[in-house]
Amino acid sequence: MKRSKRIEILDQRPVNLDGYINEWPEMGFVAMKSPYDPAPSIRIRDGKVVELDGKVREEFDFIDQFIADYAIRIDRAEKSMSVSSLDIARMIVDIHVSRKEILELVSGITPAKMAEVINHLNVVELMMGMQKMRARKTPGNQAHITNLKDDPVQIAADAAEGALRGFAEEETTMGVARYAPLSSMALLIGSQIGRPGVLTQCSAEEATELELGIRGLTTYAETLSVYGTEKVFIDGDDTPYSKAFLNSAYASRGLKVRFTSGSGSEVLMGSSEKKSMLYLECRCLYATKGAGSQGVQNGSVSCIGVPGAVPGGIREVIGENLVAALLGLECASSNDQSFSNSDMRRTARTMLQFLPGTDFIFSGYAAEPNYDNMFAGSNFDAEDFDDYTVLQRDMQVDGGLRPVTEEEVIRVRNKAAKAVQAVFRQLGLSPISDEQVEAVTYAHGSKDTLSRDVTADLMAAEDVLKRGITGVDVVKALAQTGYKDVAESVLNMLKQRVVGDYMQTSAILDKEFHVLSGVNTPNDYMGPGTGYRVDGERWEEIKRIPHIIDPQDI
Amino acid sequence: MQVTEELVRQVTDAVLEEMKGRTEAVSGHQGGTGQASLAGTYPGGFAKAASFAGRDRINPVKTSYADYPRARQGQDPKEVVIGVGAAFQREIKKTICGIPLDDVLKNIKAGIEEEGMVPRVVKILDTSDVCFMALEAAKLSGSGIGIGIQSKGTTVIHQKDLYPLSNLELFPQAPLMTLETYRHIGQNAAKYVKGEQVVPVPSENDPMSRPRYQVKAALMHIAETEQLDPEVGKIEWEG
Repeated sequence: MKRSKRIEILDQRPVNLDGYINEWPEMGFVAMKSPYDPAPSIRIRDGKVVELDGKVREEFDFIDQFIADYAIRIDRAEKSMSVSSLDIARMIVDIHVSRKEILELVSGITPAKMAEVINHLNVVELMMGMQKMRARKTPGNQAHITNLKDDPVQIAADAAEGALRGFAEEETTMGVARYAPLSSMALLIGSQIGRPGVLTQCSAEEATELELGIRGLTTYAETLSVYGTEKVFIDGDDTPYSKAFLNSAYASRGLKVRFTSGSGSEVLMGSSEKKSMLYLECRCLYATKGAGSQGVQNGSVSCIGVPGAVPGGIREVIGENLVAALLGLECASSNDQSFSNSDMRRTARTMLQFLPGTDFIFSGYAAEPNYDNMFAGSNFDAEDFDDYTVLQRDMQVDGGLRPVTEEEVIRVRNKAAKAVQAVFRQLGLSPISDEQVEAVTYAHGSKDTLSRDVTADLMAAEDVLKRGITGVDVVKALAQTGYKDVAESVLNMLKQRVVGDYMQTSAILDKEFHVLSGVNTPNDYMGPGTGYRVDGERWEEIKRIPHIIDPQDI
Repeated sequence: MQVTEELVRQVTDAVLEEMKGRTEAVSGHQGGTGQASLAGTYPGGFAKAASFAGRDRINPVKTSYADYPRARQGQDPKEVVIGVGAAFQREIKKTICGIPLDDVLKNIKAGIEEEGMVPRVVKILDTSDVCFMALEAAKLSGSGIGIGIQSKGTTVIHQKDLYPLSNLELFPQAPLMTLETYRHIGQNAAKYVKGEQVVPVPSENDPMSRPRYQVKAALMHIAETEQLDPEVGKIEWEG
């Protein structure tokens, strides 16, 4: 065939590097609705759910049972289930119906009914729903802080810069898992130098993650994964009950924690039971709710290539974010994984959370170049910082970030690198040279830094665990090496765990360590003139982007 | 028996080809050997997209391993056990980026032998989760060190007394793997056996491999998972 030059050009566009697939419900490649999804139903006898979404109790798998026993308000079920899905959908977008009324109504519906409700909403309506149902009044943002070398000095510097730029939470992970204790420590120190009160976590194997949390080297946790089919749970050696138990383990030590789920995981694991991604994600979110978690990270997360490949997949992603909010959960709404080769497509995907605002629009945003992002790349990275702050300014939308100056960036990066150098020296861990501090201060990514002695680092990491080093040791080391202000901040973060207020739904801390949550600053949106508005000082801050024309220069 | 097996292979290959049609159309590689090149070298690729709606499996046939010798518990302290996926070298013959699995195995084994240790290969039929595969291999290994490798190429080095989802080294991005990486993995696994201080194989990262490969990864994982046979469990595999 003689080829059309136009089609040839189009074929070479980045969007055509992405993977797409036709719907295949038998294997779970279907976003919003599968012909095998159950019809909503509930039957209650003697205060117990005896039928859920077409299944009788004797046929329940452990997810059904967990949901039936812990995730549905049976005192409200009959009334809620009698309202049609279409009516519930309409109430969600009706500015005269409050968030509180919706939360009450929805607490009595089943997962299949929830999926039906979401199917009635188009993307604009889903965004309207999110604008109203988000738990916290102000939206927020979370960063990924990682690098290819697992270099703790760079982690500290990037954490400081990220905190300065406005991220309320920062998450790290490693290429080599055994680096975790050093990564956590560097993140904790660096974050407080950028802006006191930023929460930090280290995504690791669950037992390690819990141990780091208990020791106070992290201040929250996020990676408690749940799945929509029993088989995938079992493959992970888990049940909803074990996850609930793990959740309580964190709670018992006063740590903020959220679960993780997202569409596509069951497809990737080969066990979707022919159900739609939305229905399976509803089951995950009900299990999360039933386990008593305050919140969830969802929106397909690391499986975004799967919903991204099927028709309506990106509508499904904002749909599942909204389901989390409808269940009263804090929603850290993903956008955290490279999703498309096309800049247009990846930006459009993020607008669905950016425009209405979610508790955390990204979970998280790569605050380093994507080649350093050890979550295999985020949807936005450090090279997009200015695009992002301009988008905030263009649309007068609060995306959780602020423009910064080069001087501030260099100052906090340098202080963070030096503080980690001092703490490592004080604790007798692997050495950090002045050259390394200098390189990291001015670096964009790990291509600009010196190589670490990996063997020495890994021995130091093991040493941290063996010697039982805790957050308090970090505070002491900071105080003893002249970083009194940082020591105080880290100590304040540890105090939060005694107070416990930041375990409330959707909590973040301001720079005075005051909690802002869905409880003390709830979202009160009810149409124009209500809810969160970008104005006053915050709007002035958003306006101050770099590269503004000065008329005097003309 | 030969004839039957041959027939099965032909059928499965035909289905796999059909399944791969769409992905290859997008990534545009010819003959399925090399690295994916620019999109669109396949004229009018989208018209060829296969619909599988209504089908319950990728491969209509499931291979039976009932007659294979069950994997034994190793005693040799110099041993590294390599646990390969259920579809390895059968239904799936190349990794996600087209490296022949024969060569993958050859290189891991060579790496182990270069360090003076002894490789043994088993096929894991009770799980397709790479962490659990690697842990099972480690538990079968006389040294307690094992390697798990899925047919799409994802690899983990594990030690028998670690938590399942923990590991010594993890290589999550299969599209970035090369034969050198596999050889290096074999060497490192052997070094763990010897109790040496091991410098992990340097991490690699390509943020754009997800949009490009995740669907293909899902299909390959489904093709692997549907070959599981927990009744048989683990078998000795000559590779």
